Amino acid sequence: MSAVTRTAAPPSALWKVLASTDHKSIGLTYLGVGALFFLLGGVEALFMRTQLAVPNNTFLLPQTYNAVFTLHGTTMIFLAVMPMLFGFSNYLLPLQIGAREVAFPRLNAFSLWITVFGGLLMYLSAFVGLPNAGWFSYAPLSERPFSMSLGQDFWAVSLLLVGVGSSLTALNLLVTTLRYRAPGMALRQLPLFTWMVFVNSVIILFAIPALNAALLMLEVDRALHGLFFSGAGTVGGGSAVLWQHYFWLFGHPEVYIMILPAWGIISEVIPTFSRKPIFGYDFVAGSTVAIAFLSFAVYAHHMFAVGLGWPVNLAFSASTMIIAIPTGIKVFNWVATLWKGSIRLTVPMMYAIAFLVQFTLGGVSGVSFAALPLDWETTDSYYVVAHFHYVLMGGTLFALLSGLHFYFPKMVGRMMSDTLGKVSFWFTVLGFNGVFLVQHALGFMGMPRRVYTYPDLPGWGALNLISSLSAGVLALGLTLTLWNIVRSWRHGQIAGDNPWRAWTLEWWASSPPAEHNFTALPPIRSRRPLWDLYHPDDADYNRPRRHDKENGAIRPEESDHA
Amino acid sequence: MSPASPLAAPITTLMWVTLALGLLVFLVVVGAIFLFIRRHLHRGAQGEPPQVFGNAPDELWWMGAAVVVLAVIFTLSVRVAAQSSPSTEGQTPELTVTARQWFWQASYPGGAVSANEIHIPAGRRVLIALESGDVIHDFWAYRLGRKLDVIPGQHNRLWIEASTPGVYQGACAEYCGTQHAWMRFVVVAQTPADYRNWLARTARPAEESAQSGAGARLFTRLGCPVCHAVGASSAQKVGPDLTHFGSRRLIAGGVLSNTPQHLRRWLTDPDRVKPGTRMPQYPLTNAELTELTTYLEALK
Repeated sequence: MSAVTRTAAPPSALWKVLASTDHKSIGLTYLGVGALFFLLGGVEALFMRTQLAVPNNTFLLPQTYNAVFTLHGTTMIFLAVMPMLFGFSNYLLPLQIGAREVAFPRLNAFSLWITVFGGLLMYLSAFVGLPNAGWFSYAPLSERPFSMSLGQDFWAVSLLLVGVGSSLTALNLLVTTLRYRAPGMALRQLPLFTWMVFVNSVIILFAIPALNAALLMLEVDRALHGLFFSGAGTVGGGSAVLWQHYFWLFGHPEVYIMILPAWGIISEVIPTFSRKPIFGYDFVAGSTVAIAFLSFAVYAHHMFAVGLGWPVNLAFSASTMIIAIPTGIKVFNWVATLWKGSIRLTVPMMYAIAFLVQFTLGGVSGVSFAALPLDWETTDSYYVVAHFHYVLMGGTLFALLSGLHFYFPKMVGRMMSDTLGKVSFWFTVLGFNGVFLVQHALGFMGMPRRVYTYPDLPGWGALNLISSLSAGVLALGLTLTLWNIVRSWRHGQIAGDNPWRAWTLEWWASSPPAEHNFTALPPIRSRRPLWDLYHPDDADYNRPRRHDKENGAIRPEESDHA
Repeated sequence: MSPASPLAAPITTLMWVTLALGLLVFLVVVGAIFLFIRRHLHRGAQGEPPQVFGNAPDELWWMGAAVVVLAVIFTLSVRVAAQSSPSTEGQTPELTVTARQWFWQASYPGGAVSANEIHIPAGRRVLIALESGDVIHDFWAYRLGRKLDVIPGQHNRLWIEASTPGVYQGACAEYCGTQHAWMRFVVVAQTPADYRNWLARTARPAEESAQSGAGARLFTRLGCPVCHAVGASSAQKVGPDLTHFGSRRLIAGGVLSNTPQHLRRWLTDPDRVKPGTRMPQYPLTNAELTELTTYLEALK
């Protein structure tokens, strides 16, 4: 027998991405896929702002405009923001807890690709007629008599697939956190990003089933002539409002699903660049749990205009007021972390500061939707459009951009350009606020949301034009960021393992981390193992837990630090 | 934000109060952020600053302050809610407003009917029954009161009031399909005497002269009455009632003002004026267009 030596050709880079079960590769793919869909959703937004730039515009037909805003909402929520958050979660969670992998690597790959497939399906609907019932697709508008196109069914099935992917990812991350933490790391010592992702996974597991149930019922109605949501008011008919209960029972927790990991990123970035631990870890972590519970108890504030009756309205108004408190605690703690710090205004920190300002504005305007009469005036107007973009774009997207600049050196091994980062930051901040600040006023002036055009009433044209022109500035800022990514990928400065001198385990791994993440771990005796390692004389585990401000200095440089 | 109604005014006041409180919170937070950045910006010191882990009493103070602010807003909001959305229990609605893709129709006591133009007497509350003929819509006359969804199978009741006579803008606020944008309406508030006269006049069919011309015959021959009622018929049809079309301000949910030129444009190609509209296009000659326009504009 002759010995045949055959060596398989090394797998191509593309094949590696497609076949990988490595949480880092999957995380990066999530980020890439999310960014692509974000680009698509962004172009859709530009189409809308072009159409709305002047009154009575005819750039887009109403049918087209309605399909575009439906796709914009659905894409941004399910195919851009959630995948990008899953990208960070997948990449960072195992590293932060000193694990080698997630609990179920193959399941992880399955979740990724079923999400990608769901996203493709959404856009394949272009061949049968795009869905155009809006991202919350209220019945009976989404029922067959009013939405004949198969696109609506594509929409429903696509969201079912994406929902399966999200649920399985949540399960995976939950088990990973519970079972794969490095020796010595108690649950109360989790880095805040991991903590938020952990709590978030619980929300996902309980929220998505409500959406899945509603989608299935919708399909029973549409495909099998069911009567869950249609035939209201007739004998044996369903209920038009039922859909809203199911949808918002998912939909409001979804809002938190899109913000918790973002809070996690902010809770890593602000301490690092203030050179201090997070202020009030227990309060930040505890308020997250409070929010997880409360997020299921506030959903009907999306339905205050339905006419649900006093007791229901009052109960949900009160619970919505209450959920503002744990959110306020977080803002307090982030601001307090800056206090007495040694603040470095790096690009990730600038995005985090912008997050704080914009998220606070979005939170303050959100109280309008807890107060019944204000909701009756502002809901479904441009005021609500402004509000949720302040929270989800000014909040989540800015946190994602902060995370991008913060973790890019870890993921790629190279730094992003500081100058380019700062220039694009200012374009993005000015553009974003220019687009959405004026929309508050438009809402007060009576402009309903989701209109493809509007009459030339006093002030409407001018404010809409400001909004549309600012969209161009915003687009420029984001394009510059994209350019920064592309350029720095190959030409950025070599980062080293811990360019920001941060204190959690992901910065102990090499940049980019080896396939198995770690060869050895430092001792884990507090929330900041690397701080302990660098400051053995002032290790966290030796310090009295300082809840008082007046404690004397331990290190000489502490006094009069500037 | 410029209320013209005792139902809307308290909402606007509450909005200013909430905005002021919100602005205060916002300024405190943003002020603290920028103060801390100014004060604690790294200016070249070696080593690390003091490590502060937190302070429980501070957190509780902040929480307490938030509870107080929210409790104030909640208490005010419950009061304002009761003022701006009084109970409708046991009350009989004065008029019924039916929403359909994409127009509004109102029927009044005595048989009067109007479309996309809702008449009310000024100076007192009017209870409206809101009914939907298809999907969910939302009635929003933003200077006159709250908004309320119009839901198939659900009988919502809404109080509106205009303090002084005038014409007030309104719109559908719940996305309801292709022409949601042009499902606008106006509320016409009249003095009680004017309102009574209007009701009486509108309950009667339009002038006899209009009913007998060539335009009227053409209207019937083309099949227009299948969708549009003129005169006696009280049954709800898929298109708006046209009994007194000539005295209306708007065409087709607010796309155009009601002038003979506009009406001509509308009849020539409805889909061009309001893409997606249910109104079909008829191949009409110039003479026919004139006849039909003359007829409709005479329906005063």
